[in-house]
Amino acid sequence: MTQIISLLTSAIVFGTVILYGAVGEIFTEKSGNLNLGVPGIMYLGGIAGLATAFFYEMYAAEPVGWIGLLLSFIAAFAASALAGLIYAFLTISLRANQNVTGLTLTIFGAGVANLFGGSLNAMAGGVGQISVATTSRAYRAYIPALSGLGHVGQLLFSFGFMAYLAVAVALFASWFFNRSRVGLNLRAVGEDPATADAAGINVTRYKYLATCLGAGVSGLGGLYYVMDYIKGTWSTDGTIEALGWLAVALVIFATWKPARAIWSAYLFGVLYWAYNYITGLSRASIELFKMLPYVVTILVLVAVSLRRSREAQPPKSLGLSYFREER
Amino acid sequence: MTDQFAVRMVDITKSFGSILANNKVYLELRKGEILSLLGENGSGKTTLMNMLSGIYFPDDGQIYVNGREVTIASPHDAYRLGIGMVHQHFKLVDVLTAAENIALGLPGGAVVDRKAIGRKVRDICDRYGFVVDPDKKIYDMSVSEKQTLEIVKTLYRGAEILILDEPTAVLTPQETEKLFAVMRNMRNDGKSIIIITHKLNEVLEISDRVTVLRKGEYIGDMDTAKADARALTDMMVGRTVTLNIQRDEPVDPQRRLEIRNLTVKDKEGVTRLDDISLDVYAGEILGVAGISGCGQKELLEAVAGLQPTQSGSSVKYRPTGPEGPAEELIGQNPRTIAEKGIRLAFVPEDRLGMGLVANMTLVGNMMLKEYRSGKGPLVERRHPHELAEQVVRELEVVTPSIDTPVRKLSGGNVQKVLVGREIAMGPTVLMSAYAVRGLDINTSYTIYKLLNEQKKAGVAVIYVGEDLDVLLQLCDRIAVLCGGRLNAILDGRTATKEQVGYLMTNMKDMSGEEAGA
Amino acid sequence: MNNHEPLIHIARRSSIAWWKAWLIRLASAVLALLVCALFIYGLTNLNPVKVYAAMWEGAFGTSRRMWITMRDTAILLCIGVGLAPAFMMRFWNVGAEGQVLMGGCATAAVMIYLGRSLPTPALIALSCVVSVVAGALWGIVPAVFKARWNTNETLFTLMMNYIAIQLTCFLVAKWESPPGSNSVGIINQRTQAGWLPSLMGKQYLINVILVLAITALMYFYLKYTKQGYEISVVGESENTARYAGISVRRVIVRTMALSGAVCGLSGFIAVAGSSHTISASTAGGRGFTAIIVAWMAKFNTFVMILIALLLVFLEKGAVQIASQFGLNDYASNAVEGIILFFLLGSEFFIQYSVRFRSHGHRKEAEEE
Repeated sequence: MTQIISLLTSAIVFGTVILYGAVGEIFTEKSGNLNLGVPGIMYLGGIAGLATAFFYEMYAAEPVGWIGLLLSFIAAFAASALAGLIYAFLTISLRANQNVTGLTLTIFGAGVANLFGGSLNAMAGGVGQISVATTSRAYRAYIPALSGLGHVGQLLFSFGFMAYLAVAVALFASWFFNRSRVGLNLRAVGEDPATADAAGINVTRYKYLATCLGAGVSGLGGLYYVMDYIKGTWSTDGTIEALGWLAVALVIFATWKPARAIWSAYLFGVLYWAYNYITGLSRASIELFKMLPYVVTILVLVAVSLRRSREAQPPKSLGLSYFREER
Repeated sequence: MTDQFAVRMVDITKSFGSILANNKVYLELRKGEILSLLGENGSGKTTLMNMLSGIYFPDDGQIYVNGREVTIASPHDAYRLGIGMVHQHFKLVDVLTAAENIALGLPGGAVVDRKAIGRKVRDICDRYGFVVDPDKKIYDMSVSEKQTLEIVKTLYRGAEILILDEPTAVLTPQETEKLFAVMRNMRNDGKSIIIITHKLNEVLEISDRVTVLRKGEYIGDMDTAKADARALTDMMVGRTVTLNIQRDEPVDPQRRLEIRNLTVKDKEGVTRLDDISLDVYAGEILGVAGISGCGQKELLEAVAGLQPTQSGSSVKYRPTGPEGPAEELIGQNPRTIAEKGIRLAFVPEDRLGMGLVANMTLVGNMMLKEYRSGKGPLVERRHPHELAEQVVRELEVVTPSIDTPVRKLSGGNVQKVLVGREIAMGPTVLMSAYAVRGLDINTSYTIYKLLNEQKKAGVAVIYVGEDLDVLLQLCDRIAVLCGGRLNAILDGRTATKEQVGYLMTNMKDMSGEEAGA
Repeated sequence: MNNHEPLIHIARRSSIAWWKAWLIRLASAVLALLVCALFIYGLTNLNPVKVYAAMWEGAFGTSRRMWITMRDTAILLCIGVGLAPAFMMRFWNVGAEGQVLMGGCATAAVMIYLGRSLPTPALIALSCVVSVVAGALWGIVPAVFKARWNTNETLFTLMMNYIAIQLTCFLVAKWESPPGSNSVGIINQRTQAGWLPSLMGKQYLINVILVLAITALMYFYLKYTKQGYEISVVGESENTARYAGISVRRVIVRTMALSGAVCGLSGFIAVAGSSHTISASTAGGRGFTAIIVAWMAKFNTFVMILIALLLVFLEKGAVQIASQFGLNDYASNAVEGIILFFLLGSEFFIQYSVRFRSHGHRKEAEEE
């Protein structure tokens, strides 16, 4: 039982990172933009949050956790949204190819983030291993009374606030796409921009906003990873990139439905960590285990294309740019 | 004068690259009238209306709505001015419902109130006589339902000025009648309507006034009451054209294709072609008539080896007449058919999407059917090069060079390239679908002439057409399809327009209450 | 004319002189270098000119550095060339990373298991074949699903990358040497069995020759063969392809087999001709970078040489400034990203003409 709880707990932590990435990407993709820059965006979100907290804690006489949290949160969101803006400008205004632009953004984001992540220490005058303990603690704070309530308490209440925020954002997104006026318009933009345009929807503005805000949300995944998952440090081991691609996979697995992405994200977490709880695995076979999320995603992708269900398809104009006077 | 006109467009000019689509065009729409905007395909009608509805922005000129000069920079602006357009290609989002499609782009609260929309939709339907189910998804709707929804959508948005772009092209005669009835209702309710069309009979039937465009220029307008088909044709084409199409008696017609029990189902399992049996003779032109989407496409594609058929279907090809050897075409593909030495030419409906490669040059397109010829893994370029030059020369294709991508040619020249290539292969069977759609009169006649030449040369020609006059004057026999079934085969010399039109919409063996109509 | 015309008017150009197109690209590259210079200056307060000089040093400064630049360019180019047929078919093969790794793993397997029993020429021939097969297999799987059920190939090939990476990690753990190091180490270091030989004393000359040959062959294949013609027809319109009697499914599978095979061969060159080891970073993101190379070259394999060289130059240069000025290696990715952003954006100005309202007519006159 304890083992299962501990597996589920780590699965939720893991799932939260990619849930942010995926929900942000769903926003972007619903507008018809396939942004393969998610890993880069998550990198940028992570480093922006970390650097902000780092400098705050370094220069503030007595760093306060929640101020560091607020500053780093805003910085992470803003930096990621800015990355989304670069992508949006290139693909929407300059009509560059979306796949290529997204991949470039991934290269760029990883480069910038690791450049700073690796140099923060040196730039700050060699303070040793960078750590933003105060801010990170604020991110990881939970209500001890509730989490003490046995297994259930641990499973439901032992996480930092961002784990709950992720669920809230996903639920909001689900409501937004299905019920709200703006969400409906956004879906029309991603399905059929010419039609949306004719209906008086400002396609360009919707695409820009969805892409920038979506990137902002994706970037929070990087922030959560840095602040909570690895407790306010930096490592240049490329984990964020792998998680970023997993977030892209999750979008497919959830068939572009944010509510489905919630449990799917945790399922990915379970699949990813399952090897820890199976005894007698060699290190080699652990690597095979880590393949699972990608394999099931491919299976879902194939199943979706086999069933041809009208409701489970990607947005119809995904990957295409729109130009009104094209003829 | 301010009150009399709902819309005035003055000196409107618009060009796309080097093509001048509209040149100083003038148009006026009076309040409470139905105006026909008449012109051949490519005369700039849709472009002009797209500027009124905010899809395009004019390079020059002024637009007045209700007497005030306005700027229409987006469809949004058009809606604010009470202008709504129903496009030829419906602007509906497939995965959304009718109500959601109506709500798109409208101002209002954060949450879409589906109930309120449903109520208002029903009001509009009751008022003018539409039928729309607000909760139906678009992908479950028929073409006619979608068009109805489009009109309801514009009315929902408070459009006082409606633009309908060739609305009847996709409708059956009965549906067209219903549409016209609704249009009259709307006019009587004070709406001003522009209907884009190139069908003279519709102009005369529905509209109060008619404005004619030709090659992007304004030619004139007149009251429909004073107009007749002859005068309008003259305005449309600029000079009188002989309406007579040459038709020789077939010489020694031999049975070349035996189509038996041909049945085709589409991916969703819907029967598209139901048990067709038909003979095609060498040296004659067989017309195929029918409302669009009644199995014409499937018939030609099944013969061409492009359409999977149901078991029991058979198409026998007899190169030397009914007594000679036969080759079964069903179960083959274009490649194996060609490899058997059967020269089957096919001019499909979708010229740039199927018959040609839009981004390839004329030479590249000439290679399409013969690139396999010759030994070795390399393509041979000399012959396609010569062929391209020959087609350009003989069919007077207007093109900067034979190395120009065909996408840059005008519609008529694209069709000449396609037909030229197909004829150059020296076919024994020539199938064409809507070969003159969108072409100007001169090019159309060129095509008729080419088909007649093929007929004379002993080719079995199949001509799928939509213009009944042309079918009746060009074809030796006419097969009438109705809902995927073969309703009748008529003699082109004796059949009447009414007869064909009736057979297109009424199955013979389903003698019901409609038979007396 | 009224005053409410949109401020910026954009129209597709019908054509543009090739030299104008290259002038625009050059201008954007220069602009990109200026932005990078600002970036570097902002980060380090160093004189950007010096920094660029150092970059040149890093890439071409010594004969050895130059050869390493050539070696890496060759591999990047080879992957880009492998992607060309897929992209020409409008098949978004973003799975090169995985295809390269599979080729690399296959080569490493031959070197490890048969290194003692076969002579080097046989080893090379065998690993060449096996890597081609492995890469092709990795390309065929998504192609079959695309051809049969129209499964989205961008997402499929993307996922295949990570399966390949985990598979590589699995093999690395299996083959690790010395045990516990979690790396394979240099394979056959003493015997150099299965290594590509030096030519005229240059270790990587054979890589360069091999890749240039593949580049030329691919150019020829795409432009002059029947199969190349079929690829471009399928890429333009599947309907037309069916109409012309081309079996679309077969072309998709065949072309992706070829694309995967060449990528697999790049893996072979990377392992047998360059690193002599295998790890999850053998492809090192080059499978992704090559997508950009192939795309920007518009399927012209010779133009790819230029772009690949530029990117590798940037990478090597940035590594040099990183070590010289105390930054870390990732500076190269940041600089690379900035330059690619500019080059991607520049394509817009090649495809479209932009004119502003106030002096619209004058501008347009200039363009003609």
